[in-house]
Amino acid sequence: MSSNADPYKTSNKHLAPRPGFVLDVDRTSPPILFHHGDQFKLEKLPAGRSRVIYPPEPLEGLADPEGAIRHALANPIGDSEPLAALLRPDMKLTIAFDDISLPLPPMRRPDIRQRIIEAVLDLAAEAGVDDVHLIAALAIHRRMTEDELRHAVGDRVYDAFAPSGRLYNHDAEDPDGMVVLGETPHGEDVQFSRRAAESDLVVYVNINIVSMDGGHKSTATGLSGYTSLRHHHNVHTMRNSTSFMDRENSALHASNWRMGEVIRDAGVKIFQIETTINNNTFGRTGPLSVLQKREWEWNAKDRASFIAMQKGLEVLPSKARRKIFSSWQAPYEMTSIQAGEVEAVHEITTANVFKQQSVAVEGQTDILTMGLPYICPYNVNSIMNPILVMCLGLGYFFNMYRGKPLVREGGVLIMSHPTPWEFHPVHHPSYIDFFEEVLADTTDPIEIERKYEKKYAEDEWYIHLYRNSYAYHGVHPFYMWYWGSHALQHLGRVIVVGGDPAAVQRMGFQSASTLQDALEMASDVVGPQATITHVKNPPIFMSDVT
Amino acid sequence: MKALQFKRNIGRYAAARIAGSFTPGRGSSVGPLKLADLDAPEMPGPDWVQVRPRLSGICGSDLATIDGRSARYFEPLVSFPFVPGHEVVGDLADGSRVVLEPVLGCVSRNLDPTCPACAAGHLGNCQHTTFGDLEPGIQTGSCHDTGGGWATAFAAHPSQLHPVADTLSDEAAVMIEPTACGVHAALKAQGAATIAVLGAGTLGLVTIAALRAQNPDAQILATARYPHQRRLAAQLGADHVVAPPEIRRAARRHTGSRAISLHTDDGAVDRLSGGVDAVVDCVGSSESITDGLAITRPGGRIVLVGMPSQVSLELTPLWHREIQLIGAYTYGTETSADGTPVRTFDLAADLVASADLGQLVSAVYPLNRYQDALEHAAGAGRRGAVKIAFDLRSEKERDQL
Repeated sequence: MSSNADPYKTSNKHLAPRPGFVLDVDRTSPPILFHHGDQFKLEKLPAGRSRVIYPPEPLEGLADPEGAIRHALANPIGDSEPLAALLRPDMKLTIAFDDISLPLPPMRRPDIRQRIIEAVLDLAAEAGVDDVHLIAALAIHRRMTEDELRHAVGDRVYDAFAPSGRLYNHDAEDPDGMVVLGETPHGEDVQFSRRAAESDLVVYVNINIVSMDGGHKSTATGLSGYTSLRHHHNVHTMRNSTSFMDRENSALHASNWRMGEVIRDAGVKIFQIETTINNNTFGRTGPLSVLQKREWEWNAKDRASFIAMQKGLEVLPSKARRKIFSSWQAPYEMTSIQAGEVEAVHEITTANVFKQQSVAVEGQTDILTMGLPYICPYNVNSIMNPILVMCLGLGYFFNMYRGKPLVREGGVLIMSHPTPWEFHPVHHPSYIDFFEEVLADTTDPIEIERKYEKKYAEDEWYIHLYRNSYAYHGVHPFYMWYWGSHALQHLGRVIVVGGDPAAVQRMGFQSASTLQDALEMASDVVGPQATITHVKNPPIFMSDVT
Repeated sequence: MKALQFKRNIGRYAAARIAGSFTPGRGSSVGPLKLADLDAPEMPGPDWVQVRPRLSGICGSDLATIDGRSARYFEPLVSFPFVPGHEVVGDLADGSRVVLEPVLGCVSRNLDPTCPACAAGHLGNCQHTTFGDLEPGIQTGSCHDTGGGWATAFAAHPSQLHPVADTLSDEAAVMIEPTACGVHAALKAQGAATIAVLGAGTLGLVTIAALRAQNPDAQILATARYPHQRRLAAQLGADHVVAPPEIRRAARRHTGSRAISLHTDDGAVDRLSGGVDAVVDCVGSSESITDGLAITRPGGRIVLVGMPSQVSLELTPLWHREIQLIGAYTYGTETSADGTPVRTFDLAADLVASADLGQLVSAVYPLNRYQDALEHAAGAGRRGAVKIAFDLRSEKERDQL
């Protein structure tokens, strides 16, 4: 691309994408596709009192991502010099990047992180910077495997840095690798990666898949540990984040922003690079494209491919289904990139996220239904265990709103997912114990936090597995449960359709074999003519509820 | 008298083994056990007395015999035909109630001098169970000469009988014998700060109660398969009750151990780096003993109180971690905290009263419904029951003696 070309020009290959849409279900409405883990269902919603919220269609991606990246690095936003001006030969440079938890599903190569990191490293090489470390900013998530790191940063970067120990996973439990930078006015300890803290410049490379991501949270969370996380990953904060996808009304973000100030005041200079992607999760064409089409627009080929896919999946064992879906890589396209000072960058990023994801919705509903897919941020290449089902439904999907929740207080949430009593022993060892011990005792987030959190957070074996294997930290399942605590407080009942009854019961929810049964059960709480809203997510969208 | 009699019959024994393998307790319908009208047993000696059972419990070892699962080890230690039943509360001729301490040691066998174990009051360790004036039989209920509790009458030596306090119901009194087994086993784990009890059937539950009484500050983990067992285990003193497959993880959590995985760091808990101080195994299967070896700390102890049969075990951890695997059979005389001897039955009677162990008797049956009773006992866990007993109080033959 020539230097004079518009770096933000879109590819313009497709018809103008249509905005999100709310369908009022009537007698002529076709059955609606529900995700059901690694399977699908077609469900007929009651006419006259149901509506379906459809996501906006994918925005056009940038025609020249590499050009846009170079332009962003050279034209920073906010109080920041261009990246090239911040680089000097004798400096210590740390490049931190988002981990395996996003985007979902993983994107096709080249990953955005690779493109940006290569551009940053080109500039660093031109400036003669030798001391460069690359850190997967995973906080207390599991470590990324070599394959996963290669996918994120590319083979060239991996081979140049990993063998010499300059590309690695963040280790929040390394006693020598972590430092406390100070305390916020609210008394929150700010723990941070020592390498990042001692660097002359931290370049953070972000992919914003939802509005919760990015900003000060990238570093204040991604490069921190339990000492810091416990101040905002707790029940009080989550219940006071309405929602945590809306930064202005999120106690989670307020805490991260306070910590960001402490990090800045401690002299850590951060050059933030944030990107947004479109919601082209399943492709405009191809085997899964039917999943992001509106049902009444399905043609004969779509119907045939859906039926073939549905029937094929039904006869496969769950392991085979999991393998098929794990291999899916989304053809996401970058829709924006902005770099520079953290807060100024994040304002634009958030606006760009909403440009893709926002859907205006009038009024709340009595019953909210959702079909949960096979993946969430914490089971990439892994198993969607029951706690993650809860987190995806009551944590993520419930909180995809601004204004007020889609479902009224005291309403009912119906989730469709097989919810197997199954855990990945390598990735989720403490989840197994959480499910067997903690949830067998209580499902009350406050009680769980009070009685069990510290023990799990400080358990030596979990720490060993987090540091040396590929396990989420011992405290991580607690955070998953807290993620749903706002919903738990708000809802009158939670019903899981098609789930393992024992697993569903362990979580304190009700189990139904069909959607019709679930709606019948919901009527005990919200009456027989209750209004129903179905969120057809994924692809991801946010509801602006008025 | 009316009695359930067990005869030596190889064919029927084999049939019971097959039937019992399909449906536990079903060996009663095809095996050597039959309801019979027998003569009351003659008194084996001048001191002996007749006992008329009121309640007579069904024990796991009885069920193993009925279903043809008993170890061949016992063959020389019993005498056929015999009347089973060793958990008994009954009446003496003078109307007083007694419970039976069924072990047939040197005194009841009229052996003088007694063996060293009997001399020390450790009847369960008697070295002369096949000698003396009685036919072989380690307990009443496996000896031809004495008869047993599953009858309207049997013979007992006075040294086997303990008076029952008026305050104890028959249901409570019939629990004294199994409770004594639990008390004896619990004493072998005394001093342990962390204890895991495997199994929450009758033996597991009374052992939990005994451990809690003896070790107020100990952390007690327990496994239980069924909801009512979980509830009772917690009520009787277990701090944490988990499903059997969860015990390794639970023991790791509660002891702060690390796990050792067969595949490095794969998150599976194959065994623990440390573990509990003591395991009391009230199941006695290959799986339970293997679990015990996986969760006992180096130098710790496994007390085997559930009656095992032939098991298949990897004993390397026993060797490598210097774990003691010890048996706990019946009862006798224990040493109290101040060093004085005390009969296990006395300790058990106190515990039955204080912990309300009579509540564990879930159902009683008349003798002629013995097949239903034995099937109920064999499936007690899944049917929400604990202890099943024969109720002989209304048997008319009882009053005809």
